[in-house]
Amino acid sequence: MKLALRELTRRPGRFVTATLILTLIAVLLMFLGGLLDGLTRSATGAIRAQDADAIVYSEASQAAFLRSRIEPSTRAEIDSLSGVTETGGLGVVQLGARVPGNGPRDLANVAVWGYELAPDGVPNPPAPGQAWADEILKADNIEIGDELLVGPARSPITVIGWVSNTSYNGQGGLWTDVDTWRSVLAANRPDAVLAEGVFQSLVVRAEAGADVVAEINLAVGDEVIALTIPDAINEIPGVTEQQTTFNQILGVTVVIALVVIALFFALLTIERTALYGMLKAIGARSRTIFAGLVAQAIVVTLIAAAIAGLLVIVLDLLIPPGSIPLYISLTRIIISIVLLLFAAVIGCAFSLRRVLHVDPASALGSSQ
Amino acid sequence: MKNSDSPTTNSAPTTTPALHMADVRKVYRMADSEVVALDHAELTVAGDEIVALVGPSGSGKTTLCSIAGGILAATEGSVTVGDEEISGYNDKQLTTFRQNQVGFVFQSVNLVPFLTARENLLVVDELGRRQGKPARERADRLLEELGLTDRSKNLPSQLSGGQKQRVAIGRALMNEPKLVLFDEPTSALDTELGTQVMELIRSEMKSRGTAAVVVTHDERITEYCDRTVHIIDGVLAA
Repeated sequence: MKLALRELTRRPGRFVTATLILTLIAVLLMFLGGLLDGLTRSATGAIRAQDADAIVYSEASQAAFLRSRIEPSTRAEIDSLSGVTETGGLGVVQLGARVPGNGPRDLANVAVWGYELAPDGVPNPPAPGQAWADEILKADNIEIGDELLVGPARSPITVIGWVSNTSYNGQGGLWTDVDTWRSVLAANRPDAVLAEGVFQSLVVRAEAGADVVAEINLAVGDEVIALTIPDAINEIPGVTEQQTTFNQILGVTVVIALVVIALFFALLTIERTALYGMLKAIGARSRTIFAGLVAQAIVVTLIAAAIAGLLVIVLDLLIPPGSIPLYISLTRIIISIVLLLFAAVIGCAFSLRRVLHVDPASALGSSQ
Repeated sequence: MKNSDSPTTNSAPTTTPALHMADVRKVYRMADSEVVALDHAELTVAGDEIVALVGPSGSGKTTLCSIAGGILAATEGSVTVGDEEISGYNDKQLTTFRQNQVGFVFQSVNLVPFLTARENLLVVDELGRRQGKPARERADRLLEELGLTDRSKNLPSQLSGGQKQRVAIGRALMNEPKLVLFDEPTSALDTELGTQVMELIRSEMKSRGTAAVVVTHDERITEYCDRTVHIIDGVLAA
């Protein structure tokens, strides 16, 4: 292995091409991963932020807010369950909003939420007609104090502060009190209007250790479906399909990295057949030579991944917030590096057979 | 320095021979035929003897050398290097044997191109015993004896042909082998340089009491050896 690492430091030019190609692949992997994470956060932020142990929808709604109705009687039944400590009504309507200073067709896509129990990072419900706005709405030139005119009915909502990571289906959240939400819903979606006390969903907080999801499904399962927060996230339309599609693309990218490494090191091994023969003749074991190859592949991959990591971080800083749903996290970078290292080791394995078959007798000329 | 009183036949050694091959055969089996590369070879090399192995291309010199050096296993017969019988060794055992008991100087690829002269000597230790400091001291001593101290940090591309051969000789001596096998050591060198290298080989082997087999097709080299053995079509001449 010392031998292989010395070759890397003494002949870095040999590995430049592979490093460059791997850097590009690593950038692609991290960027795609960042897009996936950004899209997922943008679609699911409002649900992820819920400080609750369960979300309850009506049974036939397929976990869609607009199709769901939770009656007061059902809520009362849920409240009475032993593991439940409190419940809060939650509802949403997705509309376009006119922004002061923007053109009439330049609408901001907003999700107007009415809530009783504050999600993580969101203060308690504001006064009627006011809202906490998700900061991705800054990209629409929205500022604190702006009065947005929401929906065809141009319902006025004034932005009084910022929250983060609370978007839903790619739309920035406007977090309002329940009355404001009901009036916006009634004015702009009369087909979806709700009676007093009826909510689209409930968020449920439970005692520590209580399996409140099971309790609710058992008690009122013919009327509602209770989901954990992660399950509720997966039920958001398009989220699972989006993740599956992106993960497939990421998988193909990893396979491409594997092929690049396999080809590069296969060529390198062919080039070095005579040298390996000589080394084997003087006592090098195949596993020593192969370990050297793997070490080189790992180092090259780590260098490529490090450069790529820096590049995507810089890219993330340069891209204006809200313009594209890119979220670069340390977790994603580490996952990408691990996947690339996996590809490096597997890619090298294609050279193992060739290394094993290098004949030390070749160093002494013909083996016959 | 040239050979002055060399015996012309295999004489019985008075000490443990460096190499003893008895009735060694190497047969390669093809689909429906077999090729006998070495046929009933008998060869004994004394503890500090230098033997030239001469024969045309395809005569079996390399096969004999490979078997003696533990690179190839014989199909039949026994091979003993020093006091170690290697005939029944598996690949792993042969590799360990080569690390510790045999030195090689090859015809073409001899040195690792990205290692300095000193590191090329130390690679033997890194692949085998891993003695660390004693190995480094030995490498420095060998380089001094071979007149390469001021070239110890040079890469092979920065060395002349003769210097490269000296480094290869140093590498072959690093593990204090019982036997050193030279494969056409002067084929890539001009006459004057070839002479210098052969003189160096003889003085280094004799000063250490190390046996050597020099494979060559050049009859001029035999002057530097104690004895010449001819091989034709896999058969050693009596």
